[in-house]
Amino acid sequence: MMASVTQNFMKLFRGSSGGPEANSPAQASQRLTRRSSGLGELARTWDTEKRDTEKSLCVLDLGSTSAPNIRHFTERGHRIYSEDLLTSSTEPGLVTKDEQGNVVLDSRKFLEDNLVYPAAHFDVVLCWNLPDYLDESLVRPVVGRLWSVLKPGGMLLAFFHTRDAGPDSPCYRFHIVGSDTLEMQRIVLRKEARRGPTGAIHTAITDGLQLQRVFNNRHIENLFRDFASIKFFLARDNLREVLVVR
Amino acid sequence: MSAPLTGELAQIGKSVVIKGDLTGSEDLYVDGQVEGSISLKTNSLTVGPNGQVKASVEAKGVVVQGRLEGNVQASDRVELRKSAVVTGDISTQRISIEEGAYLKGKIDIQGKAEAKAAQK
Repeated sequence: MMASVTQNFMKLFRGSSGGPEANSPAQASQRLTRRSSGLGELARTWDTEKRDTEKSLCVLDLGSTSAPNIRHFTERGHRIYSEDLLTSSTEPGLVTKDEQGNVVLDSRKFLEDNLVYPAAHFDVVLCWNLPDYLDESLVRPVVGRLWSVLKPGGMLLAFFHTRDAGPDSPCYRFHIVGSDTLEMQRIVLRKEARRGPTGAIHTAITDGLQLQRVFNNRHIENLFRDFASIKFFLARDNLREVLVVR
Repeated sequence: MSAPLTGELAQIGKSVVIKGDLTGSEDLYVDGQVEGSISLKTNSLTVGPNGQVKASVEAKGVVVQGRLEGNVQASDRVELRKSAVVTGDISTQRISIEEGAYLKGKIDIQGKAEAKAAQK
């Protein structure tokens, strides 16, 4: 019963948006600046660690490939891995049906091809807004895999929309431009990323990257229940920033 | 900005498929399919918009407009254009990435000394 209510709530926003293709090129190229308390705290932690131990961090960026992010970490002597999971999740070969005949994405196949790293490999994982836009069938398996690739004590930063953000909240890529400052740029999915082998656009993924659901605090705590601690930062732009520690 | 070409240029057209190891001392433009390895230690590789390369790559400069699957070791620079889809680890001195490029892998920025040592 509870699971059913939760599932319905999770679907609150699904299917109600026109998707990013409706955006004009001008909107897509526009960059917005925002202050990020979560990133600021993360930066203070990694700067302290670097100063105290002289150790370079191993960072996994799960957002769209970002040259500023690569520059930010490599200039500080850290190692960075880039893996755009949202784009990877639009792979047409992942589409399958569950036991009830519902169209879902094959999480096992997804994790065979993505997030393939040794256990306890990363000090930091930057999830950005991934959980809000990732297909529901992938969210928990992905968070489980992230737990295993993070080192104990490693940190993960994720952003979640509040309900006030509305169903048409665009999906952004995040560029780090300061220790607690981000530039956000609207993502427009490449059409070829949404075409199957025959060239046809699969009906299950025609909507592109749209807000899939809204997590409340309890959902978020539940999502990261295997982690050691979780900290929330409320922002003015209808985003909750979450910093979790494995 | 493209990686500077260094004189002669060999081209692999979009209908050409090559399996094996490619080595050379001139710049190479691949718009077809290559599977194996590519070694152009003092020259540049450009993967054109139709190019599909499944190979480990060692070159001075690498520009990707198409698909590249494999590790890249560039002694000078790597450019990923907006249509690039790259899966593999990149080791280079400088990297530029256009918005829209897709990269899955580790990025290792080396100093000049490290890059020279890696080339030997």
